[in-house]
Amino acid sequence: MLRIARTLVVALAAAVAAGAAAQEKVSDGVVKIGVLTDMTGFYSDLAGPGSALAVRMAVADFGGKVLGKPIEVVAADHQNKADIASNTARKWFDEEKVDAVVDLVNSGTALAVMPVAAEKKRVTILSGPATTAITGEKCTPYNVHYTYNNWALANGTGREVVKNGGDSWFFITADYVFGKSLEADTAKVVADSGGKVLGHALHPQNSTDFSSYLLQAQSSGAKVIGMANAGADTINTIKQAKEFGITPKQTLAGLLVFISDVHSLGLDAAKNLYLTTAFYWDLNDATRAWSKKFQSHPDNKKRAMPTMVQAGLYSATTQYLKAIQAAGTDAADAVIAKMKATPVDDFFGKGTIGPDGLFRHEMFLVQVKTPQESKYPWDYYKIVKKISAADAFPSVQAQACPLVKK
Amino acid sequence: MIQALSGQLLVGLINGSFYALLSLGLAIIFGLLNVVNFAHGALYMMGAFAAWMLTNYLGIGYWWALLLAPAAVGLVGVVVERTMLRRLYGLDNLYGLLLTFGLTLIAEGIFHHLYGNSGNSYPVPEQLQGGVDLGFMFMPIYRGWVVVVSVFVCTLSWFVIEQTKLGAYLRAGTENPRLLQAFGVNVPLMFTITYGFGVALAAFAGVMAAPVYQVTPLMGSNLVIVVFAVVVIGGMGSIAGAIVTGLGLGLVEGLTKFLYPQASAVVIFVVMALVLLIRPAGLFGRER
Repeated sequence: MLRIARTLVVALAAAVAAGAAAQEKVSDGVVKIGVLTDMTGFYSDLAGPGSALAVRMAVADFGGKVLGKPIEVVAADHQNKADIASNTARKWFDEEKVDAVVDLVNSGTALAVMPVAAEKKRVTILSGPATTAITGEKCTPYNVHYTYNNWALANGTGREVVKNGGDSWFFITADYVFGKSLEADTAKVVADSGGKVLGHALHPQNSTDFSSYLLQAQSSGAKVIGMANAGADTINTIKQAKEFGITPKQTLAGLLVFISDVHSLGLDAAKNLYLTTAFYWDLNDATRAWSKKFQSHPDNKKRAMPTMVQAGLYSATTQYLKAIQAAGTDAADAVIAKMKATPVDDFFGKGTIGPDGLFRHEMFLVQVKTPQESKYPWDYYKIVKKISAADAFPSVQAQACPLVKK
Repeated sequence: MIQALSGQLLVGLINGSFYALLSLGLAIIFGLLNVVNFAHGALYMMGAFAAWMLTNYLGIGYWWALLLAPAAVGLVGVVVERTMLRRLYGLDNLYGLLLTFGLTLIAEGIFHHLYGNSGNSYPVPEQLQGGVDLGFMFMPIYRGWVVVVSVFVCTLSWFVIEQTKLGAYLRAGTENPRLLQAFGVNVPLMFTITYGFGVALAAFAGVMAAPVYQVTPLMGSNLVIVVFAVVVIGGMGSIAGAIVTGLGLGLVEGLTKFLYPQASAVVIFVVMALVLLIRPAGLFGRER
């Protein structure tokens, strides 16, 4: 009897020890990914529920388990407010065992959450935000910036449009940090490529009427009107440019335009627009296959094709899970080291994640098709140029990130 | 210089026409029912969406939409008034404001759920496409149409309310509903019709705006604040005040966009603060 009891105790102790060992590998026995994004506001079509769907698809395709432990996905709305974003992230880290916060569309929310994650040694993987500071002076050791940034947008569109003869520019710029920095980045590229900037008009964020700014752009006589704004502002600028007879006399250059914007504008209003994107669903068989799966997913109620933010998030989540598998743990240090050491090669892109956390991959300068050129639903872009990873993104050495050894 | 200024002023006048149309409905509802209709922006949005739905689901074009969309949204207004709003008439008008604010959030939420945030594009009707070169600017024909229609609708509404017998009943109903009822006038029905008409005006403005602005669930939420400021400046409840101020503030905004564009979002509120300091009842309001 005593012997049996002793055996039981030993067995129990062994089981507890084994459990503890497993726990060391995967903290709390679960890998939990928190999608923190704009679910209802201005960016909810380009990120939002579609971002959460992309992450869930990546988890399902990975098999729902890593290192034998389940993978869970939670999602929340940051309402584009930095304080809500950082409070949610803190609660997720402290109480809900979240290992990685992903997306963080809107640079303000990204910059608010990154230091919290770094303090708690958890991972952030950014797909939606654009500011270059994320992997520049504000970089953190546990962060990966995956899909695109302002530098890539400015270089992609700015340089190529000047090269194609658009050598005089006028900017219509959203009057806040994002718009101004995007304008400054692009103006520099335009000047470096031999073009000149004739002026700009600043408008408050979320304006509805752009006619007065468009009139200024028109009277400037610039060949190209650069739109350093986003979302609904860009949509209304494009729509009204057509109304005021600006296009096709002057060319519009979209500095941040998503396929969801083009879809809601319609080709008649958006045709001939130049823009830079990291992803287009109709590039090749692999992008088509994945995108059609995304589009026909029962949770994708609007049957929308993925934006670059959503496609990037799927790829990034897969990389994150692979890194956990390879590192044999979900500890942030080991996982981030693995991610930065492993080249990416999938339908979304081919490239490497630098010590600054920036994923450098190919970008595409595209032009929106005319209604006559578009043959089937969502047939929206012509690829004008493929921009190599080295040309699309700033070099590691050029980054002001303290993690980069100079 | 003069060219640019005249361009901006004309654009201001066009925007002012929208302000006038919207603040007219708001002023009618406040002036006659004493209800602060915060749902005005949402109803404007519903008008634009109704036009889009008519085209997309039923193939009905802009001209019919001008009639049908306000009628449909006006009907929604009638239901709201009959089932909810009328219970609040005896109370402080804060309750009406809270109710309509809640309805705004619900309406915007529903449309957001169904159509997402980037919204939909509504085409300019064929007959009004293109534009005229005025020398100092390219004037889209549709925008000219907006000004003409707005001035016409505003004048007509003002005339009906201020100069006809029906209007006299309406105004009497606000002053002393019991006495008017004693004369055999169905006052509750009159209130329902008034609210329905105010709502239909908001929806009408929505249809007018659909070809110019993107049709999105939040298109009214930015505008309603400005329109409230217009009504306050014009004098709460003054119908002529709302119309004149709407057009005038459009011009002021246009002028600001010419002189110092960054201030264009706040200039209306600066004007509002100044007016309230000097004339607390608004430019055309009567002190009570």
